[in-house]
Formats: sequence, structure tokens, C-alpha cells
Amino acid sequence: MQAVSDRSQFFQGMKAGAPFILVIVPFGLLFGVVATEAGLNVFEALAFSVVVIAGAAQFTALQLLSDNLPAAIALISALAVNLRMAMYSASITPHLGHMPLWKRAFAAYLLVDQTYATSVLEFEKNPDRTPSQKFAYFVGTASSVVPLWYASTIAGALLGSSIPDGLALDFAVPITFLAIIAPALRTLAHIAAAFTSIVLALVFMGLPYNLGLLIAAITAMAVGAEVERRMTAKAA
Amino acid sequence: MTDIPTLKLWIVIFGLGAGSYFLRFVFLGLIGDRELPEWVLRHLRYTAVAVLPGLVAPAILFPAATGGVPDPARLGAAFVTAALGYVTRNVILAIVGGAVTLYSLLYILG
Repeated sequence: MQAVSDRSQFFQGMKAGAPFILVIVPFGLLFGVVATEAGLNVFEALAFSVVVIAGAAQFTALQLLSDNLPAAIALISALAVNLRMAMYSASITPHLGHMPLWKRAFAAYLLVDQTYATSVLEFEKNPDRTPSQKFAYFVGTASSVVPLWYASTIAGALLGSSIPDGLALDFAVPITFLAIIAPALRTLAHIAAAFTSIVLALVFMGLPYNLGLLIAAITAMAVGAEVERRMTAKAA
Repeated sequence: MTDIPTLKLWIVIFGLGAGSYFLRFVFLGLIGDRELPEWVLRHLRYTAVAVLPGLVAPAILFPAATGGVPDPARLGAAFVTAALGYVTRNVILAIVGGAVTLYSLLYILG
């Protein structure tokens, strides 16, 4: 019974993660192409995607390495881009924190923008799942995106620079994230948080090491939480 | 642009991999099933809507592909995607609508 229901959770997660195929494939291809252009071979490009498994940070590191900056600068900047992963980790802990350590260690590897966004929104909407059902759902979302991330990196590295610019692949990422965020704006608190995030990210765009996004995100979280607190107080 | 030295490349790959893994594991692995206080949970409920809009906003308004110049086709596509997603709550429909808008506008505006 438990196993059957976990399996159905896995497939539900897989289905929920499927829309991201539209972003993972172009993004992975693009990374493969850019990596080849920077002088990496197919194996090095794939190693990047398997070991780091974070597109935006990979692009950041590769760009800075190509600009011949020191390894330390490339590392720090790319890690700053990835600081949001710590927030994801904290945010998913109430849902997956009850699992055995090895499962949490495995889930941590699979914790990327897409698996996080899909799972946490689903767990908030339907909180009644068991921890093991949530874990199965989470791994299901990862099964839709992670293997394809590796595969499309290889494909991109093999294709090299023969992909035309006219395809506007750059915009696959923003479009997909917008499509995910918009339905998640369920309450005034969500809308206030999103609005704060956009305004501050734009205001602080010029700050180095992606600090602007961090300031925007932390403030936006506080705004969302405060609006929720006031609305709950008013309703009570 | 110069070729990246092999050793430097692998230092960055493994350094970034280890650092990123630590960031992902830090709360999930170390806090585990200890209860977090309510005010922390209240903040964490907004992580997704606090990070992702700020992550994409600069890319939408100032796309790298156009050298950072605002582009009507991309702005139109972003608007259609957000509106469709908000009204229909359907992710796929919003992505398809956004992609169709992007390619139509790129074609029309040349």
C-alpha cells in the first residue's frame, strides 16, 4: 500500500516536473555550446553539469574563467549566485527533514530551482502527505529534469557552435520561471513579496557578485511574512 | 578570450560543486526533523516568490542576447506568459503562449 502510493507520488512529481523539459533542454544545450566555445571538451562540460548541477552558477563560473579571472573570483561569484540554494534547503526542510540522513543527502544533491519550486508549491497546497510520499514526489520532479540536464549538456557540447542565434534560446529561462511564478501568486502576501523582489533586484542590479538579488530576496521574504502576519491578525 | 588552464578549470568545477552541495545540504542535513519556529516558517513560505521574480526581472528587461537593450518581442512574451499563468494557473499553457508570442513578435518586428 505504502509502496504503491509512493510510486504514484513519484509519477505525479515526474509529471509536475515535465514542463521544465522545455527549459532544461535549451539551457543545457546552451551550456554545452558555450562550454565548447570556451575550450572545454565534452567530458569537462559534462563534469561541470554533473558536479555542480546549477545552470546559472555554471554560466557565471565559465564566463569569468573565459575572461581569465582568478579561480577564486570565479568560485566566489558562482557560489553567490547559488546562495539561494541555502534558502531552498531551509524552506524544504520542514517537508523532507524527517527522512533518514542518506535520503536527505541525496535530496540535497537534487535540490535545484525546478525541483524546489515544483515540490514546495505542491507541498504547501497539499500538506497532508507523509514524509515518504513527499520524498517520492520530490525525486519524481528530479527525474524529469536532472538526467536531461546531463544529456542536453553533452548534446550541446557535441553540437558546438552550430546553433543559430535566431532561436532566442536565452529567453527560455525567464519564460519558464514566469510561468511557474504567476500561478503561485495566490495571496496578497505572495504578490507583495514578488513585487518587492522585482523592484529591489532592478534597483540593485549594478551590485557585484549578484548581491542585489540576495538583498531583494531577503527583503521580499520579510515583506511577504509581514503582510501575512498583518492579514492573519486582521482576520482574527 | 584565452584557453582555460586544465588544473584551474577542475579546481573551479570541484570547488563550485562542493560549495553548492554544502549550500543545499546545510539546513536539510543539519537541522533535519527539529521543529523550526513559526516566524522562520512564515518567512520560508515566501522564498520561491521572493527569489525567482528577482532572478528573472533583469533578464526580461535587459536581455543579454540584445546587449542589454530592452526588446519589445521579449517584453511582450514575458507579459503574455505572466498574464496567462496568473489567469489560467496553467504552467504549460503559459510557456506555450509566451513562446508563440516571442517567435511571432521576433518574426513580425524582424
